Formats: sequence, structure tokens, C-alpha cells
Amino acid sequence: MTTHAPWDYDRALHLVREHQHVTGALLPILHALLDEFGYIDSRVIHDVAEALNLSRAEVVGVINFYHDFRQSPPGRHVLLVCRAEACQSMGCETLFDQLRSRLAVENGGTSADGAVTLESVYCLGNCALSPAIMWDGHLYGRMSPDRALALVGQATS
Amino acid sequence: MSERVFVPCDAAALSVGADDVAAAIHREADARGFDIDLIRNGSRGLLYLEPLVEVELLGQRMAYGPVTEADVSGLFDADFLNGGAHRLLLGPTEELPLFARQTRLTFARCGITDPLSLADYIEHRGYRGLQRALELTPAAIVDEVAESGLRGRGGAGFPTGIKWRTVLGETAEQKYIVCNADEGDSGTFADRMLMEGDPFCLIEGMTIAGIAVGATMGYIYIRSEYPHAFRTMKAAIAIARESGYLGANVAGSAHAFDIDVRLGAGAYICGEETALLESLEGKKGVIRPRPPLPAISGLFGKPTVVNNVLSLAAVPFILDEGAAAYAQHGMGRSRGTNPVQLAGNIKRGGLYELPFGLTLREAIYDVGGGTATGRPLRAVQVGGPLGAYFPESLLDTPLDYEAIAAEKGLLGHGGIVVFDDTVDMAKQARFAMEFCAIESCGKCTPCRIGSTRGTEVIDKIIANNQRLANLELLDDLCNLLTDASLCQLGGLTPYPVLSALRHFPEDFDRPAVGTQEKTS
Repeated sequence: MTTHAPWDYDRALHLVREHQHVTGALLPILHALLDEFGYIDSRVIHDVAEALNLSRAEVVGVINFYHDFRQSPPGRHVLLVCRAEACQSMGCETLFDQLRSRLAVENGGTSADGAVTLESVYCLGNCALSPAIMWDGHLYGRMSPDRALALVGQATS
Repeated sequence: MSERVFVPCDAAALSVGADDVAAAIHREADARGFDIDLIRNGSRGLLYLEPLVEVELLGQRMAYGPVTEADVSGLFDADFLNGGAHRLLLGPTEELPLFARQTRLTFARCGITDPLSLADYIEHRGYRGLQRALELTPAAIVDEVAESGLRGRGGAGFPTGIKWRTVLGETAEQKYIVCNADEGDSGTFADRMLMEGDPFCLIEGMTIAGIAVGATMGYIYIRSEYPHAFRTMKAAIAIARESGYLGANVAGSAHAFDIDVRLGAGAYICGEETALLESLEGKKGVIRPRPPLPAISGLFGKPTVVNNVLSLAAVPFILDEGAAAYAQHGMGRSRGTNPVQLAGNIKRGGLYELPFGLTLREAIYDVGGGTATGRPLRAVQVGGPLGAYFPESLLDTPLDYEAIAAEKGLLGHGGIVVFDDTVDMAKQARFAMEFCAIESCGKCTPCRIGSTRGTEVIDKIIANNQRLANLELLDDLCNLLTDASLCQLGGLTPYPVLSALRHFPEDFDRPAVGTQEKTS
């Protein structure tokens, strides 16, 4: 289970203040928010912009640019499936398709019961033990569709 | 004395249950009243054998693997703490054929030491390179690196010494060392393994670089897909700082140097050095036109050395043992060793540090044991998602920057991804374009628009929609991407696309290159 806190504006503001003075602070701030809440809430963008003397458009531009900075809360579990070449050679597309149909979501979507968010990722660096997935921050190698479906099954039942 | 048992903490080992194995060993040892000292080492690189459990006996280590949690009780029954026979017993690790044939220079300590033990690091020749560097002038350090023939391991192969010399020659109140640990290429994991298995080696390499060029601050930019490496590097930097190896007086000298670690955010383009610098500055990872080179105007506009993890990690050895000791390995202009990473559909996947010059065939068959599925090999992608696909007939090409380039490929970061005969090369070509579209930073039109159009054109070819006209269009588009893109993402995407077309035309249902077909 991912351990994201529910949205809390004061806490968000605290995180912005905590990181605003490091060099090149924007990514560290966004990562701190992502770690805490699992996504970047639009309600804090104004404060981030103000703290760094940037325009809101610049902050939104950066959030949109990077794949990691989700803009809505993820499910209770986050499942990243590596779909890069090494994993392709070991059947990750079949794995991904089965997960997609089991969860009834498209890439980036969250299952209707809010249990699992499914995301593609381009390389987890576990290419000698493909296919690889990351489940709530835990890396798994040599992942078969059956084992992945079992993980998902435990989370959704 | 308690027995020393080693279970790797490398992310690849964890991905196949190393934590469960370590917990089971603790549990079983407690239950049986054995006093063991369980050390979480880095990986030896023989990833197909992970989790590889080792036991130290009379100064040498006996290897068992791959061990699962369920095997642990049986290992105790077989008295593995004394090297007892068991079906998983492999023998002394250093005598395993795939380990013995390697030349471990950069990865000499990886898998041997506890990654976060500074005492272990120092005991295994750690910080000797720095000690020597502290006795030399900055120019002499740069000369040593230049003479070693070390070339950038990120992919471009640019001579490291020349880059350092440029930064050394610049006058500025602040210079930076930036370590590119945004190892985004599929099929590569050497940076990750080094950072997780021997983080002090990278810290030492960066410190030497800082002293050589006059930089007092370093940044390591690690991709967010590598949370384990990020945590290990952060912890190692804190230890180095506490012990006086980083800070105002590095190892008691007058030199100041410190390092901060930063996390990427899932953008492949940030592996391109100027995009990485933008990202470090807190901006979108959009590439900068060159010139100016980062060596002259890099991070925050200051002279900056941007080097890959493996380039910097090779430096302590070069300073410790001397340039000649490094340069004696390799072939042609590719000096030293190449951490070859065998990935994808391969029986014995892993990282093997070998001198340059081994052929693809030797790497894949002699070392890698052929495909994991046991089916015939059909294609090999060398050098990541921007690298060319090689057919079986080109497997005698040596792994060397120039030899691979002569076959219209690139060695890149040393990743080799093997595909068996079930691969559809038209699909792989399409993926290369699609990947470029997903990851394009949007700065230049050929890459931003061309990649999307390229995906569509390949779709039409696959659907047999005006195939010949579209094949011609694809060639044209690839030329445009090559000639007019601002960086290598757009510039090299044609490599996998065109190599798939050239070597596997049957998958596109087109006549082989050089034969004529009438357009009607």
C-alpha cells in the first residue's frame, strides 16, 4: 500500500518553504509534494510560483513536462510496468495488456474501485531479469502475467 | 568467530527476493543457534544467479545461487556455512568461469564490499586515487586522465581528459561537476549497479574531478526509476561528509568539495547533458543549442564537467594505478574496459566488465549463453533505444566505439538487448518512433513533429497502405531527423528504424535493399 497523506494545504505550504532555498528548488519541491500526497495538487501552484519568483505558467509547464508529476491522486497502489525494449523481448506487452484488461483501465488510469493505478514506464533498470514491474516502490523481476495478476488480485479483492 | 554471509542489496537481487532470503537466513540461523554476520553487499553482476548468496571460508567466498526463501532451510541442512554440498553450490565465486574471465577495474569492489562501509572501501584500495591526486597539480591530474584514454561512458565516447582540460582552462568564481546518472537506456543498468554497490567510488571520482578542474560543488542527477540508488548515494554522501572526505577540507587538504543528489522525474531526455542541466536548474528538461558547450557555460552558466557515472567511477583506478594500467586494456581508440550489460531475452543476463574488442557473438553466446527462451536469436539492439538492431549476420562485429559505428550503430552505454525469432521488427521500428514522440522535449520541430508523423507512416506501411510511397517517405523523414534535430534523441531515432528496415525487410514486406520493385 502506498502511504500518501490526504491533501493538507498547510502541510503543502510547509514543504514548499522547507525546500525553496536549495539551488534549482522547483524539482525538489515538486518531489516533496509528490512523496507526501502522491500527486501535485493545483491548489499549491500559486504558492510554489510565489516562493520561487516564477510565473504560474512556468510551474505548470514544468509539472506537465515530467511524466512523474501526476496531477490527480493515484489509487491505493501504484503499479509501474516497464515497457521498454528489454522487457518487450520477454513479453511485457502481453503482461501489460492482461493487467489493463483485468483493471479495466488505460495507461495512467486508476481502477474503478480506487485500488490500483497502472502506469507504463520506460526502463526500471532491471533489464537482465525482464519483465520488470514496480509495485508501490518495490521492484520485481521475471514477472509473469500470473504473478502480476495475483498481486493485483490481492489489492482489489 | 561468526561466519560471514553475503546477500546482495542490489535492486536486481531485491527484485527476485533477496530481502526474503536474507530474512530467512537470519531466522534459520537464530533457530539453529548459529552466530552469523550477514552482510548486504552489492551485486557481483551475475544477475541470472541472483539472489547469489556467498559464505566466506578461509578468505575466499563460496557461492550458492539462485537462492529462494524456500531453499534456505535446506542450505543450513547441507551445512552451507562451511561450504557444504548442495544443488545450488556453484563453487568459489572468483573461480566461476563468467567471473574469472572479466577484468574488473571499475567494478572491482562491487559485490565484495558492504556499499555503505567506508572502512571496507578504504580496505579495498578506496581513496588511494584521491590521495595520489592530492599530491599532483590540477593539470597533472587532467593529464593522467587524458593519457588513460578514458572516453565518456554515457554513449558519445568523448575523451574525458579533453573535457576536463577545457573546464580547467576556464576562469570562473564557481565551477561544477555534474554526474549524469539518468541511465534511461533500456538494456543498461551499470550506473545503477555501481551506485548501489560501490557508491564511494563515484564520490571519489567526482572529488578528484573537482580538484582537477577547480570545482567545489558536484551534483548527481539520478533518475526517479532508481529509488534504491538514490537512497544509497544519499547515505554514502552523508558518511563521506561526516568522515571528512567531503566538505571544506577534503581528506584534510585545502580543497573544498561537496556533493548533492537530485532526482529526475521520468523524462528520458534529461539524459542529454544540456537537458539535464536545465532540469537541475529547476526547469523543463528542454535541450540547449550548442555552442556554448557545458564545459564553458554549463550549470547556472558556469563551466561544468558533465560526466557519466562510469566515466567518473573509472577515475579512482586511473589515479591509483596510473594511466598506463588502464590504457593497456582495450582495442584501437577504445581503451580500458567496457561494462557489457546483457539484457532482454538472454539466458545469463548481467553485467560483465570486459576489455573492449569482444565480439557481439562472444558476448551473447560465450558469456550470455544465448536466448532465455531457447529459441533462435533474430535481432540484437546495441546501445539503448537509439541504437541499431543487428541481425545474426553482423554478430562478429567487435564491441568497440568505432567498429559498431562502422556498422551504422552505436555502442552507447554498453547495453545489449537480445530478441528471439518471435520479434516483429516492424513493431520495433514503430516503437522507436513512438518512444521518440513520447520523450521528445519539443524544442525542435523534426523531433517533436517528425516522430509522430514517423509513427503514422510506419503504421501505414504495416497496414500495406501505399507501402512503397510510404517507405520512401520514411527514408526521407529519417534523413530529416538525422540532419536537422538539435540533439541525439531526434538525431539517432533513425538508427533503430533504418536498421530494422535494412536488416529485416521481410517484416515490412518490402524487397531487400538494392533490389528493384516496380512502382505501379
